[in-house]
Parts: sequence; C-alpha cells; structure tokens
Amino acid sequence: MLKPSTRTSLANKGWIGYLLSSIFLMVAFCLAITIGSVQVPLKEMLQIFWGSLFGTHGELDQTLKTIVVDIRFPRVVLAGLVGASLAIAGASFQGLLKNPLADPYTLGVSSGASVGAVMTIFFGLTLPGLGSFTLPVVSILAALVTLFLVLGFARFVERSMKMETIILTGIIFSSFLGSILSLMIALTGEELRQIINWLLGSVSMRGWEYIRLIAPFFIIGSFLLMWNARELNAMAFGEERAQHLGVNVRLRKYVVLASGSLLTGAAVAVSGTIGFVGLVVPHMVRMAWGSDHRHVLPLSIINGASLLIICDLAARTIISPTELPIGVITALIGAPVFGMILIKKRRESRG
Amino acid sequence: MLNVQDASGGYGEQTVVKNVSFGVEQQEILGILGPNGSGKTTLMKMISGILPLKEGTITIRDRDLSAYSSKQLAKEIAVLPQLHSHAFDYTVRETVSMGRYPHQKGMFAPWTKKDEAAVVEAMNQTGVTEFEHQSIQDLSGGERQRVFLAQALAQEPKLLLLDEPTNHLDLSYQKQLLDLLKEWTTTHELTVVSIFHDLNIASLYCDRLLLLQAGETVRLSSPGEVLKKDIVEKVYQARVEAQVHPELPKPQITLLPEHGQNSRSIITKDLFQISGKHIALTAPQSLKTISSAVIGAGLGWHRHFVNRHVPMDYECADSYEEMCRYVDKNGWNAASTVGMMTAVMVEDVVIREYQQEELSIVVAVTAGVGNAVDVSLAHKRQEKQTAGTINSWIFVNGKLSDEAFIQAMMTATEAKVKALQQLNVKDPVTQTLATGTSTDSLLVAAVQKGSYVQYAGPITLLGKMIGKGVVECTVKAIENYRKRKNGS
Repeated sequence: MLKPSTRTSLANKGWIGYLLSSIFLMVAFCLAITIGSVQVPLKEMLQIFWGSLFGTHGELDQTLKTIVVDIRFPRVVLAGLVGASLAIAGASFQGLLKNPLADPYTLGVSSGASVGAVMTIFFGLTLPGLGSFTLPVVSILAALVTLFLVLGFARFVERSMKMETIILTGIIFSSFLGSILSLMIALTGEELRQIINWLLGSVSMRGWEYIRLIAPFFIIGSFLLMWNARELNAMAFGEERAQHLGVNVRLRKYVVLASGSLLTGAAVAVSGTIGFVGLVVPHMVRMAWGSDHRHVLPLSIINGASLLIICDLAARTIISPTELPIGVITALIGAPVFGMILIKKRRESRG
Repeated sequence: MLNVQDASGGYGEQTVVKNVSFGVEQQEILGILGPNGSGKTTLMKMISGILPLKEGTITIRDRDLSAYSSKQLAKEIAVLPQLHSHAFDYTVRETVSMGRYPHQKGMFAPWTKKDEAAVVEAMNQTGVTEFEHQSIQDLSGGERQRVFLAQALAQEPKLLLLDEPTNHLDLSYQKQLLDLLKEWTTTHELTVVSIFHDLNIASLYCDRLLLLQAGETVRLSSPGEVLKKDIVEKVYQARVEAQVHPELPKPQITLLPEHGQNSRSIITKDLFQISGKHIALTAPQSLKTISSAVIGAGLGWHRHFVNRHVPMDYECADSYEEMCRYVDKNGWNAASTVGMMTAVMVEDVVIREYQQEELSIVVAVTAGVGNAVDVSLAHKRQEKQTAGTINSWIFVNGKLSDEAFIQAMMTATEAKVKALQQLNVKDPVTQTLATGTSTDSLLVAAVQKGSYVQYAGPITLLGKMIGKGVVECTVKAIENYRKRKNGS
C-alpha cells in the first residue's frame, strides 16, 4: 500500500490518474491487436485503422485487415466493455454495502445472471418485442432478483450485514445457482463443452453483434452510477449517516443496485461469468487515487477495460493455439487480491 | 424551533419512546439524559427523521418533519453520531466536504466559493485543518470525532443533534467542543439537542435538561430542577450526592461508591501526638472538615491535623507559605493538612472523649486569653492580628450532613463563649466580659461513616456533646494557661 502522503498528493492531482489510466488502456489496446497467432506490426495496424476510417485501403494485406478489423478489434472492444462494466459495478456495490469484498462475482449476482442467460440460450427464449435483446434483459432480471435475494438473506441472518456475512451468503447462492446450471446442462445433454467454456467466461468469436447487445446497458448503467457518485461517498459511511447528510437513501440505493445489476447482467449475457474484475480494479484504483467515488467510478471503467483486454490477450496466447477461458486468468489474479483485502480488513478491525 | 408533541416510536412491535413532548427554542441547548436503554438514541433517530413516529408529531420551524425532503431536512438538521466504522479511507477534507451535499445543486454539482468557505471554517473551528490531507483512518478516536463535527457544521444546520459528543474526547477537547457549540449558538444561531452520559457536563452547558426513564419523561426543566439527589438516585439506581459548582449556579452530581462504607476507623485520644513544638493527629483515613485555619481551611477532606506552637513575636509576611513548609518538613502533606498556630504552650492542651449511644467525639482545646475580646465592642479596637489563642478541634465519629457541620461550628462557638463567661474572662481594653480572642480557630472534622447526624444544634445528641465537651475543655485549658502564667 502506498504511504498516505503519497496517495493524497496523487489524489490532489486527479488528472494524473486519468492520464496514466488512459495510457495503460492505449497500450493494452495496441498489444491486444498486434499480438496473436499472426503478429501484426504496429505500423500495419495503424494503417489498417486509418484505411478503414478514411477509405484509402489500396495496398493493404487483406488477411491482416480481416484479422484486425473483423476478429481482434471487436474482441478487444467487447473485452473492454465487459471489463469496464464489471469494474464499475463492483466499485458501486462496494461503496453501497461498505464492503470492499463485494463484487458481482462474490455476491453471486454473476451466477444469477448466468442462470438467466443459460435458460434463454438453451430453451431458445425470445421475449416479444425484444428480439436478440432477450438474452441481456433476462440476464439482467435474473441478476437483480439474485442480488435482492442475497441481500435479503444476509440481512435476515444478521441485521448489521457484516462484510463476511454478505460474502458468505453470496458464495452459498453462487454454489446453489451453479448446481442448477450443472443440472440444466446435464438434462440438455448437448454441447456440454461449449457451455462449460462459456461459464468460465470468454469474449472470443462474439463479433459486433454482442457489442451491440452490451453497449446500451453499459452506457445507461455507467451514467446512472456516476450520477450517484457523491451519494455513494456518503453511503460509504453508512446509510444512516448518508440520510443525515441529506441523501435520499431509499431511492439512491435502488438506483445503484439496479444499475449494478444492469451492468453485471449485460456483461454476463455476452461473456459468461468472469470473476474478480470488479474486486481487483476498484481496489487498485482506491489504493492509488483515494476513495472518492467521483474518481473511483470513471477510473474503474478505464482500468477495468484495460485489465480485461490484457487478461484476454493472456488467455489466448499462453498455450496458443488453444485458448484458456478468460475467467481462469482473472481468478488467478483476483483470488489472491481477495485474500489480501480480507487480511487487511481483519487486521484493521482488530487493531 | 423544534417541537415534539406526544411522540412515540421504536423498532418493530416494540415501543421504546413513549409520549414524549418538548419544545426547543432557537439558540437553546437541550440535554437529553437517562440511563442505558431509556430511549435517548431512539428519540434522536426520530428527530433526525431516520425512524418514523408511531404516534405524535415532530415539527421543525412549524413544519412537519415528513414535509421536508431529505436534502431540505439536512439543511435544517445535522447529526453528530456516535463513532462508527467505515470501510474506505477518505481524507479529512473529503469527509468534511460531504457536509456540503445538501447545499449542492445539479447533477455534477459545482464546488462554489460558499462551499469552500463553509468547509474551511468548519475545519478551522474544530481544529482539524492540520490533518486536512490525512486519511481519517489514521486519526485517533477524538480527532475523528472532531472531523465528523466539522462535517456536521459544514452543513450549516439550524439544529444540531449530538449523540454523546464528548465520547472519546479528553478533558480539554470536551471543554473546547462544548465551548465551541455554546459559541455557535450565538454566532450562528445554532440550536443544539444533545445526548449526554455525563450529568455534570450536561448541567454546565445545557439550558434545560430532559431526563428519560424507560422511554418516558421523568422531568424537563433547568439543570437545577432536574439534577436533584432524589431524582437522580431513583432514575439511575445509584447513590449520589448533589453539590454546587464552585463558579456557577449549576448542580454537580457526585457518585458515592459502595467501597469503604464498611471499614470503620474512629478517632480516639490515643491518636494525638504532643511535643513541645506541636500537637498533631494523623487520621487512619481522610476526614471531612470545616475549619478556620492557616492552611486547609474551609470545606475539604484532610488527614493530618497540626496545632503548632509559635513564639509570641511570630511575625511572617506569608504565614501560609511558612506553615506549608513547616508541615512538609515534618512529613505531612500540606495539601491534606489542616494547620493552626498558637502562641500558647501546646503541652497545656486538653483532650477529652465523649460518648453517647452510637456517637462519640473527641475535643481538643488549646487556650490563652491574653488578647481576649468582647466582640460587641470590638469595633472600638484597632489592632493588628496576632497568632490565635483559642484553638478548638472537634472530631466526630459519625456521618454529618452539611447543615450538621455548620450547626456544630455554631454550637462550639456558643460553648466557647459560655466557658469564657464562666471563668469571668475580660477584655483587657474595655473591661467587659470577653467572647473570645482576636484570632480563634475552630475545626470540626468527621469520619463520615457510622451513624448519620442530620442536625447538630444545642439540643441534639451531637450538639449536647459538643456543648458539654467544648465548655469543659476550654475551661480546663484556660485554667492550665493561667496556672502556667502565674507559675512563671
């Protein structure tokens, strides 16, 4: 952890955070486009993008162009959107619940959304008037229902809703919902391998269609959360304190919970369950630039995107040509961070 | 300003606060007192709008609490809660700035000059500016408490609700915080409603007190009317004594602990040590005393008692300092000593014990009547004060009320006058009957254990003993004095 003095001096110069995060995102983007089974030189990449934008694609290699524009570019954008959604959702859950361990995955919300998504895919559901948006909408609703069940149960167990109680409840719900998924898969009997891959999360071979599915929810959800950044700051001191400061807690709480579910549900619908992004990214952001949600939320978006782009790059290159599920990589980073935060919090509460 | 009418409230089925009514005027400080579980915090939550009322109404500036939006209410009322935990570390400035939330408008509310000024003033007033950029998690409990007070003040409320504001604060910060609040009531037209555990602090700073018991009002009045011995003892189930503050007309409640009530040590003749220089007595434990003496005078608790012989021509600019040095040199602690002086030979002291029923006293008198005075004609004399010549000590093995102490002084004085009459002692200047000497001293000391003595007038049990004892001892002491004078 950075020394308090270092951290606060950074917090005073907020723009440095945005600058560094943006540079990180650019670097991640370039790496993810250029590296792979076929290496694309940086110069070629820039030419291809320039050509696609302004129409001068005379002497470009068509194979490279297909790889960059049709395969890697949408994949990177999707990874970025999913990472950004999960990170900002995690940050807002943490602020609202005063719980640094809360994230869509540990709360069981991701599992709930998966159940919704799997049901939609394997029963071929289409809600009237929604078309292809049936998938994210059902996921989102499932996420929301799960979130309220988890929080309701945790409150029932213990009124003060301690950090550990919420997380334990999330894990119980996760494993229960996981079993329901396994049961559904076993009963359908087909495409077992594909769905297991999907469950561990992946952004491969999704294309622009999936970006279209997640983008509107990402925009709406992020906007709603950033609108509530000051309220989240107040609620990090407890709901009662927030009320004393003049926050309409009842309304704002539901807006935040709904927005978090919206982002999680949409992300799960397009990429499956990818854990720990919402835990790691806000934690790092807070360590580096302080806890003010007016900065934590946008910085989580940028760095969440970067992190998932890098993780996806790792997932498809480590044992190339075979691809690892991206959830494997995020869990490799996320689980130790989870442990670290837990130790730190326990020490604090004891000391 | 604030008006609470027949308010009842609680959690779930349980009604914690029952039918409480009171009003608070602008710029008033109202203290809420009561034992644990009496509904103080619940009442606070009802006033701050966290807990809905079951019955009754609460209005602020003649408008019902429920008619306010969250933000409007936060501009009227700020709350300083008891210390709470927080999951993330914010800097002190960030924390205080949150107090401006109700004043900010629009979605991405701009930070105005007014916001900045309010935050800076709140931080300066509470003395947290020096921590401005530190994380609140790095602060001590007291410092954190002040940060949250700054947050509440930055709200610029009309009414401030506090839940045990002095918790976690050391004595100097308790005073600073409450002095600051008192000041803000006039400078910022602030009204304060605060829960207190410390009755004495509440007594000093509150204009009125509301005493709760089991959710119901026991009394709502000025501190002098609420903090009475019988009321406090009944509500708190503890033995207490109500006394006055040395500087202000406010009551102070003192706890009377149970320990030390049983051990009985009494004062007897044997405890006196007499040498050529002084008569001294060291009690097994401190005695409650009232006396006129050179050191340790007035009301107090003292363990050592010294009557010191000084030469006839003793003259010292600062006899107090000199006496303190003398006492310290002899191994008694000046702070716990009652010290008198006399020019009489202290070996001539008369010490006698008296006992009636459960009560016993010891009287010790040294007397010389060289400068006897008739008090009724004393205004004709013009003389410098010299060392006292009749020093009387009365030790009572009993528990005396304040009035008993004073009556004991009166009875002893009357007895002394009577003794002088019996021996026909005359004022050498006026040749009339003397009533005393120019610098007599008197000590009444009690062990404050054993049988309780409410009064000590001349016909009470104690008064009778004092009267008899002082007359007998004074007569004998004067006879000793005369014998020595005639013999030499």
